[in-house]
Amino acid sequence: MSKNVKIYTTPTCPYCINAKKYLTDHKVQFENIDVSADTAKAQEMVDKSGQMSVPVLEVDSEVIVGFDKEKIDKALGL
Amino acid sequence: MYDLIIVGAGPAGITASVYAARKKMNFLVISNDIGGQTAWSGKVENYTGYQFISGPDLAAKFEDHMKKYAFNLKENETVLELKKIDNGISIKTNKAKYETKIAIIASGTRSRELNVPGEKEFKNRGITYCATCDGPLFAGKDVAVIGGGNSALDAVLQLEKIAKHVYLINLAPALTGDAIMQAKIAGSKNVTILNSTEVKTIHGNKMVNAIEVVPSSGEKTVRKIDVQGVFIEIGLMPNSDFAEGLEKNKKGEIKVNARNQTSVDSIFAAGDVTDVPSKQIIVAAGEGAKASIEAFKYLSRQK
Repeated sequence: MSKNVKIYTTPTCPYCINAKKYLTDHKVQFENIDVSADTAKAQEMVDKSGQMSVPVLEVDSEVIVGFDKEKIDKALGL
Repeated sequence: MYDLIIVGAGPAGITASVYAARKKMNFLVISNDIGGQTAWSGKVENYTGYQFISGPDLAAKFEDHMKKYAFNLKENETVLELKKIDNGISIKTNKAKYETKIAIIASGTRSRELNVPGEKEFKNRGITYCATCDGPLFAGKDVAVIGGGNSALDAVLQLEKIAKHVYLINLAPALTGDAIMQAKIAGSKNVTILNSTEVKTIHGNKMVNAIEVVPSSGEKTVRKIDVQGVFIEIGLMPNSDFAEGLEKNKKGEIKVNARNQTSVDSIFAAGDVTDVPSKQIIVAAGEGAKASIEAFKYLSRQK
């Protein structure tokens, strides 16, 4: 069953670019949320992750801060 | 035991690995990430062959090139200790231990820290070392940028467009960044420049809510400034702490000779972690090639 994957990013952050590329390379479908264009979504990201840095990934209800390949692999079963 | 372990996978480590792979050496690369500082560069307009390429695109090309060759790569792994032992070199990481005949250290640099109370607690909770990444999260907020060089001024110019107010806290009596950037900042209505000023403490509850600053002259008048964001842009420092036994300069950069050899002759180093001047992507890549060639020659002589 495919999981619901969201990623909170800014357009200029290298780790965000790498994280999105990683998901694309592994054929994972995801919703990209550009927090620079949406302050409400930025606040949502801060509330969910308890911190203020991008990227933040949400796999179903699991929140992963930063481009952490190991946690992403585990959460997605890659 | 490996013939060679390369620590780091920025331009120096990647180029070293390409050369090692082409020599069919038995080697391993250990790195936190792939691409190093290159991935953090904006526009690159001085890498020969590319009149213009973005930092992340160039880093991706480096990675593609490296991964054309089959070799052992340990990503997301941090080297904690690297030292000479009787019959080679031992390397301890946060995950495992390795042994190798020779090593190339290409571990690059990281953002310099302020070393003030509150900095560790509030890292990523209002404190950031990457304005390009996290800047947009501070739209409409009061923020402080710490530093006075180009990276600090660059952060101010990004933030003044979106933040409510930007305080630029500079330890030196004058800014050192490019005049053209200084002129832009001087024309900005929501930027306050505090020269000769030192950050003493970063306060917060869950997130940063204020900083305390004092004049760098030594006067004891403490001023509290309410900010929700602190951008620390005070330069870079070499990732050389794990290489204890090696000779380093005052900045902590590993000393190397023209053949990229350190003070221990089976340990080589390349790129921004070394005392080689000119911290440039193309220089680091070239140094990585040199180190790999010299490491191969060294190994051949030992056999």
